[in-house]
Amino acid sequence: MQQTRDSIKDIWGERTPYYGSWPERVDERTLEEPERWVQSACVLCSNDCAMDIGVKDGKIVGVRGRAVDRVNRGRLGPKGLHGWEANNSPDRLKFPMVRKNGKLERATWNEAMDLIVRRSKEIVKSHTASAIGFYTTGQLFIEEYYTLGVIGKAGLGTPHMDGNTRLCTATAAASLMESFGSDGQPGSYTDLDTTELIMLVGHNMSNTQTVLWARILDRLEGPNPPAIVVIDPRKTWTADKASVHLAPRVGTNVAVLNGLEHLLIESGNIDTEFIEQHTTGFEALKKALSSYTPDAVEKITGIPSGDLLRAAELIGRAKSMVSTCLQGVYQSMQATASACQVNNIHLLRGMLGREGCGILQMNGQPTAQNTRETGCDGALPAFRNWDNPDHIEELARIWNVDPVIIPHWSPPTHAMQIFRYCEQGSIKMLWVSATNPAVSMPDLARMRAILDKHDLFLVVQDAFLTETSHRADVLLPAAIWGEKTGTFTNVDRTVHISHKAVDPPGEARPDLDIFLDYARRMDFKDKDGQPLIKWGDPEGAFEAWKECTKGKMCDYSGMTYEKLSQGSGIQWPCNEKFPDGANHIYTDFVFNTSYENCETFGHDLDTGAVTSPQEYKAIDPKGKAWLRAADYHPPHEVPDGEYPFWLTTGRVVYHFHTRTKTGRSRQLYDAAPDAFVQIPEADASRLGIKEGDWLEVTSRRGMVQVQAKIGRIEPGQLFIPFHYGYWDGDFRPRAANELTITEWDPVSKQPHFKYAAVNISKISPQQLSEDPDKEKHRGVFQSIGSLIDTISGAILIGGKH
Amino acid sequence: MFIANYLGLLHGSEIHLRDSLKKVAEHHKNEPDIEYICKMLASWSEVHIQNLERFLKQYEEHKESEPDKLQHSLFQGTRKGGLGLLRDLHDLYLLASEVELSYMVILQASQALRDKELENFCRDSVKETERQVNWLKTRIKQSAPQSLVAAG
Repeated sequence: MQQTRDSIKDIWGERTPYYGSWPERVDERTLEEPERWVQSACVLCSNDCAMDIGVKDGKIVGVRGRAVDRVNRGRLGPKGLHGWEANNSPDRLKFPMVRKNGKLERATWNEAMDLIVRRSKEIVKSHTASAIGFYTTGQLFIEEYYTLGVIGKAGLGTPHMDGNTRLCTATAAASLMESFGSDGQPGSYTDLDTTELIMLVGHNMSNTQTVLWARILDRLEGPNPPAIVVIDPRKTWTADKASVHLAPRVGTNVAVLNGLEHLLIESGNIDTEFIEQHTTGFEALKKALSSYTPDAVEKITGIPSGDLLRAAELIGRAKSMVSTCLQGVYQSMQATASACQVNNIHLLRGMLGREGCGILQMNGQPTAQNTRETGCDGALPAFRNWDNPDHIEELARIWNVDPVIIPHWSPPTHAMQIFRYCEQGSIKMLWVSATNPAVSMPDLARMRAILDKHDLFLVVQDAFLTETSHRADVLLPAAIWGEKTGTFTNVDRTVHISHKAVDPPGEARPDLDIFLDYARRMDFKDKDGQPLIKWGDPEGAFEAWKECTKGKMCDYSGMTYEKLSQGSGIQWPCNEKFPDGANHIYTDFVFNTSYENCETFGHDLDTGAVTSPQEYKAIDPKGKAWLRAADYHPPHEVPDGEYPFWLTTGRVVYHFHTRTKTGRSRQLYDAAPDAFVQIPEADASRLGIKEGDWLEVTSRRGMVQVQAKIGRIEPGQLFIPFHYGYWDGDFRPRAANELTITEWDPVSKQPHFKYAAVNISKISPQQLSEDPDKEKHRGVFQSIGSLIDTISGAILIGGKH
Repeated sequence: MFIANYLGLLHGSEIHLRDSLKKVAEHHKNEPDIEYICKMLASWSEVHIQNLERFLKQYEEHKESEPDKLQHSLFQGTRKGGLGLLRDLHDLYLLASEVELSYMVILQASQALRDKELENFCRDSVKETERQVNWLKTRIKQSAPQSLVAAG
């Protein structure tokens, strides 16, 4: 084995301080010497580091970072250096399977697809396409999302399409729309190279995007290090580097940010000319902020007023500033309202659209940006507005269909509502691709019951048996990264191509091929009787996507597969004006808010009520950004006598999502093998809890049993990572989402994973309960490797009886 | 002068709206957004009801016997299922519209009375009533196709 560094022990690697620019450092890890290298980018966090895949004898044998790329300059994190081993796992699904008499049995592709098509047609005939839903992911490529989007919106015509991106990135999109009129990230990673101040809000970057964090660590080691402001209830590794760390009570982000804005306005550290010329809503915002004095904020959030003043002073003094938000904002109370307050800080200070100044409303997954762009996640393609008839006409023209087929009578259905319709029985067929709601959604007992419903026809397309996929009625084996070609985009709008390096195992097929096959068999036509989907390969799909984006803000029209394969990734917009992409958008401070351009007419941040087109026309800001005000509201569930602790959930550095990939790398697995609960020192000593003690954590929804990890969290709060489910053995209840609440932000519809009221009690190892998914696992997971390899006929024990 | 009668009508309508919002929140708990948002909207009506008390007192002596039956009932009780939710939201919308209209009527009268405080109360409160109406409209538009077309 060859490796340039041990990323398990040293997560961020050796420091390479800035002297003018960010130096290259090529990280590499191979198990054998590759015969050839194939250009790609990493899909194991949302940073999208460019990498080459090493191939020998038709197998992936390692990876190395691409020094030429703007995103990582050669670096890779632990998940990138190790996670590719999942491709070679013996657990890979190799054949389609169909449920017969309650059991999953091996089937041919023809049998499996034929069944899906037959059921689709029956359901459409009896109940319309509104009885079919799609739940996708943040893992596929643009080509696959766009194809699925066209199938759903112009083929079937169902409003029920969303992705697990609803869980990770919906608020990023929603807040950008509310502030700037449409989605589209105003920042750029290169802003981090020069900025004077970085504010991380609810974003533990040191864990979630390790290479981006290395970029900041290298700034801190070089000349002119930036000031760092961290807002996070936990004392994270990120917070260790903070100039000021504000640790608010869970669920109080709006109050903290309102407090900062209030101080900026009071001290005059705002750009009045910018506010006057490029924003609307200042007076209303100022009025709404007036009660958020440092003392008032301290009462709500627990943050000492002196700390808030220090943070406001740093922000007020900085001549340039980058802010980032992640799940501490997006999955918490008043998500959209809070993320909008971060946008407000930049608008108040005129800090965007130029070097060193940017907002990164971070994504949670590598291709999450693309579900948003292509219309797979409850939006229309290329930031079009479902409520604007001209936008619908435009799409209908591009797809050559009658506009009435495109569902636009209300906003596309969000994931939580899709599952609610499944629960109520009005959605009768659900097609899940590359995600695992049986572990990642809130309130798992409820989620398992929905997926197990007899009257729900469940199609799952995945690379592995998961807690979700073994419940399928039809299970389709999918090719994954490295086994297919496609493109994807990160938070600084950089588009990468990932080429096919090896063949998929067995009969597994690329997701794109599966969708194309479905479209062909369903015989979707355009209005001239020609096939609706006019492409048959990834490059054809990319060309179609380019046409859909031409002239829109996310303009891909200047890119080609060839150009993307030459060196670094390329930022959109890329067109005739910017043939090599553009580092910033909104450089003229004209935002996408005009009636004609905007992706949304806006929402009431408290209720989610939409503004009507007529109302919007009357207040059309014609390119000025919205300063959105919000009052603090306490969370809906708060600790009480019965459930006295706050629970918050999140990630560990070695794992991604539900570990279906990272859990199959031995070293990543061993680095973080099990769930745990982080508990404050004071509470632990009060309750006589020691490191490693078994604790039972209960909420009104469920219970988990996990070992204690003591310290580095504020009193009264607990933390459990959400990655751990039940696919890799028989466990006691341990998935964090057994405990979480089914509820969501009124605007972005992102679920609230970041707070729930829980209680804890000490238990002995003898008191551990049975696996809550036990019946579904027996005989399926324990010998999964050999089982899948030798599968023939009925072997798998099914989830539905 | 019938202002007191109309204030009484508004008072009754706000109470009816508040109670109905609470009932819907409780009854449709499995729709999490319905539960929490209806509770929040009910709390807005609660504040209106409290603020209304002093005006009711102020104009009490002018109260005439009612010329017509101003009170009527819309919301009889909660219903079940997707269609039931839609019908409940439909009724809430009509109740909220009734409140909205009452504010408009009293706002007009308050100007003729030169009662600046009553006028301001109406202007502030009706803004929130409009937000209640807008949310109900948004949620009804979302529920309608699924309940009427795909369900069953």
